Amino acid sequence: MFKFVDEYRDKDLCRRLAEGIIGISKKPFTIMEVCGGHTMSIRKNGIHKLIGSNIKLVSGPGCPVCVTSQKDIDKAIALARLNNVVVCTFGDMVDVPGTSVTLAEVKAEKGNVRVVYSVQDVLSFAKNEPDKHFVFIGIGFETTAPTIAAAIMQAKAEKIKNFSVLALNKTMPAALKAVLEDKDAKINALISPGHVSTITGTGIYKFIVDDLRISCCVAGFEPADILRAIYLLAELRENNKVSLINAYERAVKENGNEKAKYIMYEVFDSADAEWRGFGVIPASGLRIRKEFADLDAEKIFKIDVGASKEIKGCICGDILRGIKEPKNCKLFGQKCTPMKPQGACMVSSEGTCAAWYKYGE
Amino acid sequence: MQRITISHGSGGKVTHELINGLFVKHFKNNILDKKEDSAVFELAKIRRVAFTTDSYVVKPIFFPGGDIGKLAVCGTVNDIAVSGASPKYISSAFIIEEGFAVSDLERIVKSMALWAGKAGVKIVAGDTKVVEKKEADGIFINTSGIGVFEKDIICGVEKIRIGDKIIISGTIGDHGVAILKERQGLSFKSRIESDAAPLGGMIGKIMEKTNGVKFMRDPTRGGVATTLNEIIRGSNMGILIEEEKIPVAKEVRAACELLGLDPLYIANEGKVMIIVDPKEEKKVLTILKGHEYGKNAQTIGDVAHRYPGKVCLKTKYGVTRIIDMLTGEQLPRIC
Amino acid sequence: MCWSVPGKIINIKGKTAEVEVSGIVKNISLDLLKEASRGDYVLVHAGYAIQKVDEADAKFTIEFFNNKGKNV
Repeated sequence: MFKFVDEYRDKDLCRRLAEGIIGISKKPFTIMEVCGGHTMSIRKNGIHKLIGSNIKLVSGPGCPVCVTSQKDIDKAIALARLNNVVVCTFGDMVDVPGTSVTLAEVKAEKGNVRVVYSVQDVLSFAKNEPDKHFVFIGIGFETTAPTIAAAIMQAKAEKIKNFSVLALNKTMPAALKAVLEDKDAKINALISPGHVSTITGTGIYKFIVDDLRISCCVAGFEPADILRAIYLLAELRENNKVSLINAYERAVKENGNEKAKYIMYEVFDSADAEWRGFGVIPASGLRIRKEFADLDAEKIFKIDVGASKEIKGCICGDILRGIKEPKNCKLFGQKCTPMKPQGACMVSSEGTCAAWYKYGE
Repeated sequence: MQRITISHGSGGKVTHELINGLFVKHFKNNILDKKEDSAVFELAKIRRVAFTTDSYVVKPIFFPGGDIGKLAVCGTVNDIAVSGASPKYISSAFIIEEGFAVSDLERIVKSMALWAGKAGVKIVAGDTKVVEKKEADGIFINTSGIGVFEKDIICGVEKIRIGDKIIISGTIGDHGVAILKERQGLSFKSRIESDAAPLGGMIGKIMEKTNGVKFMRDPTRGGVATTLNEIIRGSNMGILIEEEKIPVAKEVRAACELLGLDPLYIANEGKVMIIVDPKEEKKVLTILKGHEYGKNAQTIGDVAHRYPGKVCLKTKYGVTRIIDMLTGEQLPRIC
Repeated sequence: MCWSVPGKIINIKGKTAEVEVSGIVKNISLDLLKEASRGDYVLVHAGYAIQKVDEADAKFTIEFFNNKGKNV
């Protein structure tokens, strides 16, 4: 038995929860699952087809890979083209398009791109191959950022000179604000990201509940977890209540992981960040602080990729807000397909546009 | 430590020493011993022949459950066997990087001889070329293989009908995960081994006992999902498989959970996918389960009229979704 | 967004733990946890333990499931 996993994949438990949702949910409403991991689990298990037609599930801006801007990909590509530099990245980043090429294409061209499971692997490369400089492409939200911060502190402590990070990490609150504050946004409730919350705690969603009057439910990633969150949100909806609920008690504490947060903000400062299909969102990213400048790839290597080219006609922002649908975008299915994706909703293998293209409406 | 040098590839004395001292010594059979430029043999009363070729560049070259040599023999044998023919002869050509350890080459050649014997085939032709350092990555092997049809039955996609059953001969994803495990940076400890195995004998038994086999394929690169999509694409029929019936070893499932991968897209090297007439399903399953390489055989779905040209998966929760062909390479993901 | 799996710590050496995830064992870093001991269940993400998984709280969730909504 795969503990803490199989219990939440139990077939009739999920059936009972789904029936419970259909039973209580009368008022139509739209729930945004913020996190790409939730979108994957929903699509893979078919949860969106279990809960009746009353509730619409919309995929949010929560895939750190897919929201990486063309300009940031171009920075990684520029680094990969430098002699004696090996760029290391999570597998998801390899096919994300820059202005002209992807890291996969640069890998074929020059060969010095490696896919890793953890930044720890990059530290051991650096120790074993002192003649090369290893740059790790730091992506991910508050779940992944602390692991990168810990590696930067470890590199400084162990005086590893041939290691640095291109910090492209993003943070949740500012992005959620940008998506949800738009008056036309048709999102009634949020399934909040479970693993970001293990680090941040549940407090970061309070402003959404208090100021924007949108209910938030922090959820785990197994089918029963997601169904339970939908059930709780449906119940609030029917009773006209707005509230913040933590339905991932086994992993999320109210104040999160204090040590991880401390390490994260020892190494990073909050900074503006550019989101693919969204433009720049203030205070939605992380930048390496000057105390760690000798581990900041942007400082070590002067990479200038010029101004970013906005993807003309891309309406990912409105799709994420639930205002528009893929068929309203003139790029959809023509200039923007899973093989040649432009905006974040198509880059993510289960983003709204990718799902529409592959599985139809 | 004795190493391969450029002169081994020159065709002169040193090359002949290598050929006689290593290849002929281990591959020894009456045809190869003649050492002529091409192998000459009779193929009984020739009716139809299955012919194939493949290249092997796996990294690392030695991995849990096998090596590049075993893979080369089994892969070639299986490609012939899934056409319904019985494999007879294979060739093997080596491209070796200067500096490659002779002891490693011998280990690979011995493995090829062992598995050719188990598969009941002879290695009757070969070639060796040596390239400068860094112009190849250790060793590459190219093979070709030939087999004959014992019975006059033709398997083919055109024979597939709605209602036919889809059988997989065992657990999926074992080979791909065994290789991933060894790759730089992804290492984890587990008992997972490559499932590489010569399936000629097992498939031969099935072809002997039934005429109900419509089509077979070994789901190597891209895994079961890609293979099924290749079979049904453009057809007016669809394929429906059931998640709960797909056999996945516990550790393979765990590795996929850890790395964010899907076993349906991971390579297999010792499995066969059989599309069979429903009336013959039981017989084929019994033969498979009685064989060393088919113990976990299972019917995973059937050819359906719904969703023409598409492969669908009925999830554990009763919902049906389309499963696509693999687009890029499956890499560890964080999202 | 953050693919993670629960695993059980079976051995600790300094700041590294051997974590067993349903039959496979991976070395992961404990840098992000205040403390951890053998037998603890942790969430593993990109080579790090990011949080402990709490047995008691898990039971609470299961009770909810069994009563299906009575004790929200």
